Amino acid sequence: MFISLDPQSQRLICRGDWSIENLVQIKSDLKKVAWPKQGELAVEGEEVTKMDIAGAWLLNESLKKHASHGLKVSLQRFSEQAQALFALIAKQVAETTKVPVIERLNAIDRLGEATIQQALEFRDFLSFTGKLAVEFAENVFRPKTWRWNEIVAVIDKTGFRALPIIALLSFMIGVVISYQMGTQLRNYGANVFIVNLLGLSILREFGPLITAIMVAGRTGSAFTAQLGTMKLNQEIDALNTMGVTPGELLLLPRLIGLFIALPLLTMWANVFGVLGGILMANSMLGITAYDFLHRFHTEIPLRTLFIGLGKAPVFALLIGSIGCFQGMQVKGGADSVGTQTTRSVVLAIFFIIVVDAIFSIIFSRLKL
Amino acid sequence: MTEQPIIEVKDVSIKLGGTWVHKNLNLSVNRGEILAIVGGSGSGKTTLLREMLMLQKPHSGSVRVFDHELTTASPATLLQVQKRWGVLFQQNALFSSLTVQENTAFPLHEHTKLDPKTINELALLKILLAGLPVSAAIKYPAELSGGMQKRAGIARAIVLDPELLFLDEPTSGLDPDSAGTFDELILNLQKTMGLTIVMVTHDLDSLWHVTNRVAFLGEGKVLCVDAMQELVKNPHPQIQAFFSGARGRMTQRIYD
Repeated sequence: MFISLDPQSQRLICRGDWSIENLVQIKSDLKKVAWPKQGELAVEGEEVTKMDIAGAWLLNESLKKHASHGLKVSLQRFSEQAQALFALIAKQVAETTKVPVIERLNAIDRLGEATIQQALEFRDFLSFTGKLAVEFAENVFRPKTWRWNEIVAVIDKTGFRALPIIALLSFMIGVVISYQMGTQLRNYGANVFIVNLLGLSILREFGPLITAIMVAGRTGSAFTAQLGTMKLNQEIDALNTMGVTPGELLLLPRLIGLFIALPLLTMWANVFGVLGGILMANSMLGITAYDFLHRFHTEIPLRTLFIGLGKAPVFALLIGSIGCFQGMQVKGGADSVGTQTTRSVVLAIFFIIVVDAIFSIIFSRLKL
Repeated sequence: MTEQPIIEVKDVSIKLGGTWVHKNLNLSVNRGEILAIVGGSGSGKTTLLREMLMLQKPHSGSVRVFDHELTTASPATLLQVQKRWGVLFQQNALFSSLTVQENTAFPLHEHTKLDPKTINELALLKILLAGLPVSAAIKYPAELSGGMQKRAGIARAIVLDPELLFLDEPTSGLDPDSAGTFDELILNLQKTMGLTIVMVTHDLDSLWHVTNRVAFLGEGKVLCVDAMQELVKNPHPQIQAFFSGARGRMTQRIYD
């Protein structure tokens, strides 16, 4: 028992180690005390071996509660250190109000707030891309100001180093598509049309789309995380004070680099997608590689390839601008880097698919 | 007093990046004192602090805290020790996704079985003791000024009523006024809570005003441990270079 009432002398005796490890026990002991309703009550602290802030606070709180019911309490024979703690706490507790709580909005308010946030973010995105475009226009005819090193580094990181994973992925996509289509075509004895189907779907849709989605996950997220951390680290501010805008050193090289790298990666993906198709056509449908390629170049118009490749630069601008924009939106702390990186990838993939759909509509209107 | 020192660092050596940062370093910290660790840049002050906190394992030697050997301690022993110390990091290391209140309450949630209401009230008390206004409790660290972040860091460090407090450059980046009140805060906490404090600092005012003893690091070991008045008289060229600059002499004149 850390505290008990001595029935003879009507005094509360505190004893033992009144520190935070024992706080739960002390609390339940305090509840068990038969507190007198009125009169005077002396609290003895002679037997207390140790007292810390938590212990002193707890005693203070419960004495205060009973004092408000009309009990007169006096503390006796506490150690000097404990008395100092009581004094310290009394001073603080006098000012203490309730533990503050963050006000939570109701559902409708939250919806409204989110809507306004989205609208503001879209406005910020427009002004961000606008600023970049102006900066690009200012520098484009002055090749001396171009950051060749940075651009090449971006191409290396986002393009060259992505070659293996893109190759593997597109090869497997090619295999899967021809397997699925092949089982259907075989039923009709239309084996040879695998070439048309595969060529069109890989070159027009799957090549550009899969590559763009991979790059959004691989590169867009990296842009956001890197720029966001630089912003938290005040590196962006440092650049600004040195008269180097982050746009020309960090953002434009990333956009330009990706603009160059993504079409190249798409071409690379096309090659491996078709290779996967050739493998499956050969083993499953009995079409040799020679027959496949022979038919490929008579049946698939060159236009198909260019339509597919033409989408890649647009996707590159989307991924790059969203990745950079979200990176520059980071503020606060590590939490924000995570949130913005997620947003960057989700938004990039979302807009890639939306833009791809728009392209499909435009091309079908143009009868391409 | 024949009491065991609260921290005992013995023959510690560590090699980082190809150079010996510590070579057979010895240092002991007595219960109830405020000890400062000083030394030039790269003299291994922060490394020493990290070794005491077991964030960095020395290559050889022993680190004893509360009479537990930390270099070979089991996770359970280490946890027992960790509950009895508090740390204020140089960059405060507040959790950015939690409010000050939640930051401060975090160790209580992790290491005690108290009910949420008590935890919240205790955490708020520590926030107030650290000199923050009530309104700061629901703010996120990023919304606070540097000085207030330091105070929030202190609040979290003392929330478990530790016996031992580590402070890494507590007054760096604070204006003189805030640094002064922060010194008072440290002294006040030390007095009322009976704390032992180990601090790394460059602040000459703190060194003269707050500390009981100062350990001067150089050449991979502790060159001298003494009260400031004695330390400045030490003839070692590094110590003389450190304290005999214009600032050093000026501060000395004030406190002498």
